[in-house]
Amino acid sequence: MLLKDEVEMLRRVPLFSKIAPAKLKLLAFASERLNCREGQNLFRQGDPGDAAYVVLSGTADVLVNSNGDEVKVADVEQNSIVGEIAILCDVSRTATVRATSRLEVLKISKENFLGLMNDFPDMAVEIMRVLADRLNHTTSELTAARAREQRATT
Amino acid sequence: MRMEKGLARYIWRNTSRQQLWILAIVALSMIPYFLSFDLPKQIVNGPIQGQGFEDVDATRTFMELSPTLPLIGEVHLFSGFELDRLQTLLALSFVFLGLVVLNGLFKFYINTYKGRLGERMLRRIRFDLIDRVLRFPPNQFKKIKSAEIATMIKDEVEPLGGFTGDAFVQPALLGGQAITALTFIILQNFWLGMIAASIVCVQAVIIPRMRRRLLELGRQRQLTARQLSGRVSEIVDGIHSIHAHDTSNLERADIAQRLGLIFTIRYDLYQWKFLVKFINNFLAQVTPFLFYVIGGYLVLQGRLDVGQLVAVIAAYKDLPGPLKELIDWDQARQDVQVKYAQVVEQFDIEHLVPAEVQTVMREPVERLAAPLVASNLLVTDDSGAPILNRVSIEIQPNETIAILGQNGAGGEAVAEAFGRVVWPDSGKITIGGQDILEMPESVTGRRISFASSDAHFFQGTLRDNLFYGLKHAPLTETTYKGSEARQFKRNLLEAQRSGNPSFDLNSDWIDYDAAGATGPDDLLKVIRPVLDAVMISQDIFDLALRSKVDLAAHPAMSEVIVEVRAALQRRLAEEDLAGTVVPFQPDNYNDQATVGENLLFGTMRQSMLTPATLAAHPYFKQIMRETGLSNDLYAMGLEIAETAVELFRDLPPDNPFFQQLTFMSAEDIPAYEELLQSLKGTTAEEASSEDRINIIRLSFAYIEPRHRFGLLTPELREKIVQARQRFYADLPEDLATMIERHDPAKFSESASLIDNVLFGRIAYSEADASDRIKRIARDIFAEMDLEHNVLSIGLDFDVGTQGRRLTNVQRQKLNLARVLLKRSDYFIFNRPLPALDQRAQDQIVNNIMRDLHRDGYRPAIIWVLPTADVAQLFDRILVFEGGNLVENGAYDEVFDKNGMFKQLVS
Repeated sequence: MLLKDEVEMLRRVPLFSKIAPAKLKLLAFASERLNCREGQNLFRQGDPGDAAYVVLSGTADVLVNSNGDEVKVADVEQNSIVGEIAILCDVSRTATVRATSRLEVLKISKENFLGLMNDFPDMAVEIMRVLADRLNHTTSELTAARAREQRATT
Repeated sequence: MRMEKGLARYIWRNTSRQQLWILAIVALSMIPYFLSFDLPKQIVNGPIQGQGFEDVDATRTFMELSPTLPLIGEVHLFSGFELDRLQTLLALSFVFLGLVVLNGLFKFYINTYKGRLGERMLRRIRFDLIDRVLRFPPNQFKKIKSAEIATMIKDEVEPLGGFTGDAFVQPALLGGQAITALTFIILQNFWLGMIAASIVCVQAVIIPRMRRRLLELGRQRQLTARQLSGRVSEIVDGIHSIHAHDTSNLERADIAQRLGLIFTIRYDLYQWKFLVKFINNFLAQVTPFLFYVIGGYLVLQGRLDVGQLVAVIAAYKDLPGPLKELIDWDQARQDVQVKYAQVVEQFDIEHLVPAEVQTVMREPVERLAAPLVASNLLVTDDSGAPILNRVSIEIQPNETIAILGQNGAGGEAVAEAFGRVVWPDSGKITIGGQDILEMPESVTGRRISFASSDAHFFQGTLRDNLFYGLKHAPLTETTYKGSEARQFKRNLLEAQRSGNPSFDLNSDWIDYDAAGATGPDDLLKVIRPVLDAVMISQDIFDLALRSKVDLAAHPAMSEVIVEVRAALQRRLAEEDLAGTVVPFQPDNYNDQATVGENLLFGTMRQSMLTPATLAAHPYFKQIMRETGLSNDLYAMGLEIAETAVELFRDLPPDNPFFQQLTFMSAEDIPAYEELLQSLKGTTAEEASSEDRINIIRLSFAYIEPRHRFGLLTPELREKIVQARQRFYADLPEDLATMIERHDPAKFSESASLIDNVLFGRIAYSEADASDRIKRIARDIFAEMDLEHNVLSIGLDFDVGTQGRRLTNVQRQKLNLARVLLKRSDYFIFNRPLPALDQRAQDQIVNNIMRDLHRDGYRPAIIWVLPTADVAQLFDRILVFEGGNLVENGAYDEVFDKNGMFKQLVS
C-alpha cells in the first residue's frame, strides 16, 4: 500500500478526519505499518505502552486478564484506534489486543501522537469524544452489571 | 628501596661502566683529532711551499716510526718510504682524508653509543616509575591523577635520556678543552691569562646565580603543565557531570586561567633565558676588549711584544666555544636535575609494597586451608573518623557468610580490608598467622578473590577482560624461529640491559588449571556455567549476533553456515513465518532492502570501501551510465527529495517525525529545497556531479515498504537487477577484493552474524519479527551444538576504554564472572551488583550459592548483601552498625535475637 492510499484510509478514521491531508501524509510516513497474523498479540496487558495503533484493516479482540482467565471486553473494528490509554496516562497496557483476522495497523509512537495532539486541538477534542464515548459505554455496562447483581442478591 | 635523589648519582650507579668506556673512547678519539690539526700546516709548508724539497730530486721519509720512549730511548720500528715532492703531497693528502674519515667514524660511534646509553636510561627510569606505581599503597591513589602520572612518565623524564650520554663525557671533554686554551693563554702572557681567567670566574659565579631564577621558573613550568594534563583528563572523565550541571564555562574559565599562568611562566622564562645569554655573550666579548686595551697599552709601553699579543688573541678564540658549551651543558644538567627531582618527589613515597610481594610465580599456589582472621581491625576514613571500630572476625575456609547492615555501617569496610583495597590503620588480617598484606600477591591475588561494584575493564576484547584474572604469569615457553628468534633474543638482552623484566607477552598467560580447564579448547565449556550464573550469556549471545565474525579465528562458522541458513528457513516455515525474511536472490529484487543494497548485492569490506569511494569509482560510474540507471535514479531521487521537502518543510527540526526520515536530517531540508528549485526538470547529465550524487544518494537509501512513495516500478526493479548482473560480469580486480558478494554458500566477513544467518532482510511490516527470529536463531545454534562458537564470537567484542561500550549492568556481571573463574578459596563480594534490580541480584546470589559448592570444591563466601532477602542461604550472618559488629550467628539465632537483623528483615 502506498503513502497516498494510507492517507485516504487515515482520513476515514474519525479521529483524523479534521486534519489536513498534508499532515496526514506526514503522519503516515512517520508511522510504521505492521501486520499481525490471526491469533498474534498486538500488545499484551502489562507491557509498557509506547505507541497507539490505528487499525487499517482486519479485526481484533480486546481481552482483559481477570483471575487468570481472559475475558473479552470489546471488539476492535476497522478505522478505530487502540492503545491510546497507555500513552495518554503513562500506564502499562490495560488490556491485551489479539488479532482475530489478519490485522493491518499503523503504529504511531508516543511522541508523534502527543505531538499531533499539541498541533491539532481538533484531534484532542476528537480523542476526548472517543474516550467519553467509551466511558459512557462502560458506565452503561457497569449499570447493567450492577442491576443484574442486585437482582441476583434480592 | 628509596629512589636516588640526585640525578648524577642515579646515572652513575646504573651506567658507570659504560660512562668510563665512552670516556676512554673520547680520549682515544682526541689523537686523530689533534693530528688532523697539525696536518694542513705540514701539507702547506712541505710539498706545496717546498720546505725540505729545495732540490728537484729531494725526497722525504714518510711514515717513519721511531718513537722515543721514556727509559728506553728511541726505538726504531719502521724506516718508512722515501717519497718525492708530488708523492709526498698525495701521501699527506690521503693521510688527511684518512683522518677525516677516522674522526667521522669516531664521532659516529660516540654519538650512537651515547644515544643508546640515553635510550636505555630512559627505558630504565620509565620502567622503574611504572614499577613503583604498581606498588603504590592504596591510599596514594586518592591523591594522584592518572594523567599527571602519565605526563611524568611520558614527558617529564624524556630529557633525561638525552642528557645521560652527555652527563660525564661532555664536562670532561669541554672542561679539558677550556683548560688547555686557558693554560695556553697563561703561558703566552701571565697577566693577560689572569684577565681571561678572572672573566671566566665572573661567568662561573654570575651565570649560575641568574640560573637559579631560571630553574625555579622551569620547575613551575613543569608543575603547571602537569596540572594542566591532570585537569584535561578530569574534564574528559567528568564530561557528563559538566553537561549535567551546565558548568562547561566554569571549566573554560579554569583552563583559560591555567593557560594564562603557563603563558606568564613561559614568557618570563624566555626573558630570563635571553638575558642570561646576553650577559654571557657580553662577558665573552669583553675579554678581547680588555686584551686590546690592556695588551695594546703594554705593547705601546714596550712591556709586551706584538707577537705575544697576537698569539694570546688567537688562543683566546678557542676559549669561548668550549666555555659556552660547558655553560649550556650545566644549564641542561640543572634543568634535568630539577625535572628529575620533581618526578622523584612524586614517586618516592613511604609504605611501598615490597617488591617480593609481587614476585612472578609460575607454579600453582597451594590452597589456603587456614581460617581468615581479622583481629582488632581499625579502619578510618581520610578525616580520621573510624568506619570500622576494632572488629575481630574469624572465617572458616568453607564457611558462607552474609554481611548485612546499613550503607557505611562497616560491612563494606570489612570486605574492602579483606580485599586489600584499604589497608587497616591498626590491627591485621591474617591467614595461618601471616599478614595478608605481607603475603605474596601470587597467593592473595589467586586464592582470595574480591569483587565490588567498581569494575574496571581494560581496553581490549571481552575475552581479554574475562580472562584477565587468570593471567598471573607467562606459563608457556613460546618458540620462535629464524629471524624472529634472533629478534626475540635481542629484545631479551636489551630488556636486561635496561633493568626491565624478561616476561614474554606472547606466551600464554592464562592459567587454565586454575579455572578448572585443561587448555584453550575446553575453557569455554568450563566458563559457560559461570556466565549463566551471573546471567550474562544472553548478552554475549546478542553481542555475537550483532558482530562481524573473524573467520580466521572462527573457521567453523563458514563450514556450517549453509546448514544454519537451511535450518532457519525450515524453522520459519514451521512457525508460519516464511514471508518474514526476504532472502537475497541473484535474479530478484529484494523489496525489503534499499535500492543501493539491491544494486550492490553484497557487502563492502569495511575500512577498504565506503559508499562515497564506490560512487566515485570509474567502473561503477560507467555501469550506472551505460544501463541508464543514473538517469532513473536521479529522477527518482528528485521525487524523493520533493516529497520529503513537502512533508517536512514546515516542521521544527526537533519534531519526532524526523526520526522516520532515514535518508535526510532536519538540517538537510532547506538545502534540498534550494537544490530542487535549481534542478527542476533537469536530467542527470545536466546536473553538477556533486548535485547528482546528493540526489542519487536519496534513491540509494530508499526502501519501498518502508517509505511507501510508490516509486519503484517493476521495470525499474528489473533494471536494477540487470545492472547488478552487469556490474559483476567483469568486475575489476580492485573492486572484487573490496566487495563480498551475497553467496548462499558463503559466510560474509563484512556482515554481522545475524545478517549471515538470515541471508536476507526482515520484512518491515511484521510485528516483533526481529525478536522472534533472534530466538529462533538461538534455538538453531543450540540444536546444532554451535553455542560455544557463538559465545566465542561474542567474546571478541571490543569493550572500549574502561569497558564503556558495555552497559553498567553488563560490566558488573562480567566483573563478578571474572572473579568466579579463579576458583579461589575465599570469595569476597562487596555489593558487586548495585546496577541490577533487587530481583536480579537475588537471582544471581542464588545461582552462585548453588553452583559454587560443587564437586567437593567448597570455598568460603563472604557476601555483603544490600538486603536480607537471601540471607537464609548463608551459614552465618554478621550484622554491622556504626562500625561495630553487633550481631553474629546463624540465621535462626540472629533472627530470634529481636535485634538489628530482625529490623533489616522486616
